[in-house]
Amino acid sequence: MIQCKTSKEISGMGHSMKRKEDDRFIHGKGNYTDDVKLPGTLYMDIVRSPYAYAKIKNIDSSEALKIPGVLAVVTGKDLEQYNLHWMPTLMSDTQMVLPVDTVMYQAQEVAAVIATEKYIARDAREAVKVEYEVMKPVVDPFKSLDADAPILRTDKPDKKDNHIWHWEVGQKEETEKIFQEAEVTVKEQMHIPRIHVASIETCGCVASYDKVDNHLTMYMTTQAPHAIRTVFALVAGHVGLTEEKIRVISPDIGGGFGGKVPVYPGYVIAIAASFLIGKPVKWIEDRSENLQADSFARDYHITAELAGTKDGKILATRMKVLADHGYTDASANPSKFPTGMFSIGTGSYDYPNAFMEADAVYTNKPPGGVAYRCSFRVTEAVHAIERITDRFALEIGKDPAALRFQNFIKKEQFPYHSPTGWEYDSGDYEAGLKLAMKGVDYDNLRIEQAEKRKKGELMGIGLSTFTEIVGAGPSKDFDILGIKMFDSAEIRVHPTGKAIARFGTKSQGQGHETTYAQIIAEELGIPAKDIQIEEGDTDTAPYGLGTYASRSTPTAGAAAVMAARKLRDKAKKIAAYLLEVSEDDLEWEPGKFSVKGAPEKSKTIQEIIFASYTNHPQGMEAGFEATHYYDPPNLTFPSGAYICVVDIDSDTFEIKVRRFVAIDDAGHIINPMIAQGQVHGGLTQGIAPAMYEELIYDDDGNILNGTLMDYLVPTAVESPSWETGHTVTPSPHHPIGAKGIGESPTVGAPPAIANAIVDALKPYGITHLDIPITPYKIFKALKEKGVLDKNIVES
Amino acid sequence: MIPSSFDYTAPSSLDEALKLLHDLGDDAKILAGGHSLIPMMKLRFAEPEHLIDLNNIPGLSYLKIEGGMLKIGAMTREVETEESVEVAVHFPIFADVAKLIADPQVRNFGTLGGNLAHGDAANDQPAVMLALNASVEIAGLDGRRTVGIDDFFYGFYSTAVQEGEILTEILIPIPTGRSGNAYHKVERKVGDYATGGVAVHLELDEQGICTKAGIGLTNVNPTPLRAVRSEAALVGTSLDVDAIASAAQYASEDCNPSSDLRGDIDYKRHIIRAVTKKMINKAKQRAFKN
Repeated sequence: MIQCKTSKEISGMGHSMKRKEDDRFIHGKGNYTDDVKLPGTLYMDIVRSPYAYAKIKNIDSSEALKIPGVLAVVTGKDLEQYNLHWMPTLMSDTQMVLPVDTVMYQAQEVAAVIATEKYIARDAREAVKVEYEVMKPVVDPFKSLDADAPILRTDKPDKKDNHIWHWEVGQKEETEKIFQEAEVTVKEQMHIPRIHVASIETCGCVASYDKVDNHLTMYMTTQAPHAIRTVFALVAGHVGLTEEKIRVISPDIGGGFGGKVPVYPGYVIAIAASFLIGKPVKWIEDRSENLQADSFARDYHITAELAGTKDGKILATRMKVLADHGYTDASANPSKFPTGMFSIGTGSYDYPNAFMEADAVYTNKPPGGVAYRCSFRVTEAVHAIERITDRFALEIGKDPAALRFQNFIKKEQFPYHSPTGWEYDSGDYEAGLKLAMKGVDYDNLRIEQAEKRKKGELMGIGLSTFTEIVGAGPSKDFDILGIKMFDSAEIRVHPTGKAIARFGTKSQGQGHETTYAQIIAEELGIPAKDIQIEEGDTDTAPYGLGTYASRSTPTAGAAAVMAARKLRDKAKKIAAYLLEVSEDDLEWEPGKFSVKGAPEKSKTIQEIIFASYTNHPQGMEAGFEATHYYDPPNLTFPSGAYICVVDIDSDTFEIKVRRFVAIDDAGHIINPMIAQGQVHGGLTQGIAPAMYEELIYDDDGNILNGTLMDYLVPTAVESPSWETGHTVTPSPHHPIGAKGIGESPTVGAPPAIANAIVDALKPYGITHLDIPITPYKIFKALKEKGVLDKNIVES
Repeated sequence: MIPSSFDYTAPSSLDEALKLLHDLGDDAKILAGGHSLIPMMKLRFAEPEHLIDLNNIPGLSYLKIEGGMLKIGAMTREVETEESVEVAVHFPIFADVAKLIADPQVRNFGTLGGNLAHGDAANDQPAVMLALNASVEIAGLDGRRTVGIDDFFYGFYSTAVQEGEILTEILIPIPTGRSGNAYHKVERKVGDYATGGVAVHLELDEQGICTKAGIGLTNVNPTPLRAVRSEAALVGTSLDVDAIASAAQYASEDCNPSSDLRGDIDYKRHIIRAVTKKMINKAKQRAFKN
């Protein structure tokens, strides 16, 4: 059980305090971007390309402009006059705001209609006639580097192919030597499919430009309002929109998951329209636009290899990635990390050597590469290592749990230096897996499985013992467009002892209004309910890089601790003054300072705060406020041990996840209830790509499942009853020993499920299936193995 | 949702609705539960100029047993057959099927009449009605007529309900002896259309010999499909393993699925065979319990 240092009244760390924000949400009083209603608002709708690759011959807006209420149809040529038709991506590539001559993917923005009502805007969208000259697109990333593949980025004069970049890390020669000499090597080709965050709220904005004040207020669905303001200033500074004239407000957000980090063309077009017309312009995507055009996640083709000994010692891993980025590299990664944190791919295992490389290519698909509930490509890495580890266990006939115990990085090896350059802060992988195995009753499950196999029944058990890498990041290595990835907290305590704290991050459902308050309550002893948390308004909050990559607790959470500790130091000085003793004579318990040996002589934090405004020592600054910008010394390394049990119908191959035990280690936990909720949601987003979700394109670049009728987001019905638990291995460098929890389940769940399904099919010679693993995919695999109609169907 | 603009009328009687329908012709569409029509309007696949809403007309929603028939008013919501104890006595299949139709929100509003009149082979109720040998009452300005379910489905989105007509009632004969029925579909996730679905209704004599068999297939043919050879393979048998295997095999051979994201033709035939076998067994078990 978690030990709490504070009373329930104070509700610091470890209390399962109910979420402060939920009153608002369950009463329907949330304030989302689409709820922002400004007088005179105009509505924008976007004409999108039906083709994946085409020249725009002509855009005829005449019929649309005849519709009463239609004010303008904006095209790339209009934006070109202001040099606003291209914008930079977070990875220093370039992306079209609106195309002047060529569309690069199906559903790309072609023109924008501005009208007095959203219904009129939609009618007008249908009335804009665009003439295209269709070209043969590049869809398959494996063919994008072929000599006869068309060069897609003709806007870049020096570009002679569709290759974006090459990246590599690790010990190339040593690894190759080990593979040549190893007793056992295994290899699988894996695709981590292109998926979409599909958050409940789609993207949108209200761009409100005041011509008189030359000031833009931008309400928008963004996870990183401050960084976005800087990007806007960089894009539009030359037309007079400099950074002090831009206010970005990110109101309540209905799920972000990385999909609300990028700057989408719609935002920029809405700003341009508001700038030109001088009225607020609202743009809210519909579901299909969101799914078809907004940034995707994953889409890594990985060749994963492992070399080891016959008795199970792993010696080296080799991974080669082909990354399909669509027509531009619009990944959301720290600048120096084109593959994000993919190099965490040696996982929880003590690898002497590893070598990883990646090549990114352009194709005629939407841009992206967002970190969907994943700290920058960790999901891809974890899937590869956890799958190939199981593949190795299968090859040498060893139980996958025993193999993991044999190769785990041991508790006493931390801080551990991985062969790809990371310093893991702390971990106890054995403890996690032992707890998970006990929880699921692993040994008996294996006995049950053996009995079922004799009867031809399909039951599988899958493990995933992963290490995450979150909390980007230390300024020496981590920046986005040059801005270091620190984060911030500013605490203002009012004379009556109540506080407001503001942060550079932005909650999208994570519960910051509660957990940040609990962190401050822990440090200052002010009840969490008395601390109001505010984020998302660049005019009021301190600058920060935003919320994604499980970074809020590691960075802004730490900033809150440091700011609160500055205030506690000040409080101690005031208490000493009020109690007329030396600071050294005081001791702290949450909520008050008292004199050592004379506990009746004490001052509560509220009394001290009041004094800071009414009776502060001469020479001391009045008030009770502090700000901290926290630059983390290292990343944090949460881990988990997940075990999944599946039953597969031997006639229809329908897959049922019977049990799923998830043991997480996120260090010290701020609010166990919120952490558990995060795990539940994350696990559900883990079964999504494992069994259901994939964006599918045909050879012409048409998306085949661009609506939620065919893009299969799992629901409560598909979700098993999650069984969760945790071990606590604090981060040694984080001021409260917390590591971050939001993404672990999404990262760790898919390989546990895939491993379970492959394990169920082991008797039929199946060694790997790409996710999403569906009944249809199992049918095809069994058919290929020639076992259908013999062993299974007639049983 | 942002559909094209349309006019909306909510008449308070069937006669009024029929008159409106007659006057407005094929520019008008009937709105029952709306769970097929409204998504199509949202995507602008359907752009009717007028919607005639039947929801304010009394007397179109009921479940009653009368003259050896279960009578279901066209505006009866899916949830009502799902939860009716009376219906479950002879037709546990309705609880099977309703649970697989979309989600609770849809079932709370979607209607049985709409499910049939939409004429979509991917809907689940058509296969059930084929298995149960239902008939359908259709009203027009000239009066009412009854059409057997085998003559009801014409083609894709096309049924025996003609211009100016409204489907008003579904009639299902109540079995007199031992009977059992069951439905299952394989779906990719809840709310999806069937990869393949099978409805089975069996009637047995005192010796356990099958006297009547009805088998309907979902989403494996341009129209909802009766598995005629499968039915024949069961009648007169004791529903032994061989008879069931033959019926399942015939169903897989006689359906005409198309290849799509749900699977290729081979897979769908495989699913139909597997599910037909399962549903015959389930219906048989239920019959033996009666």
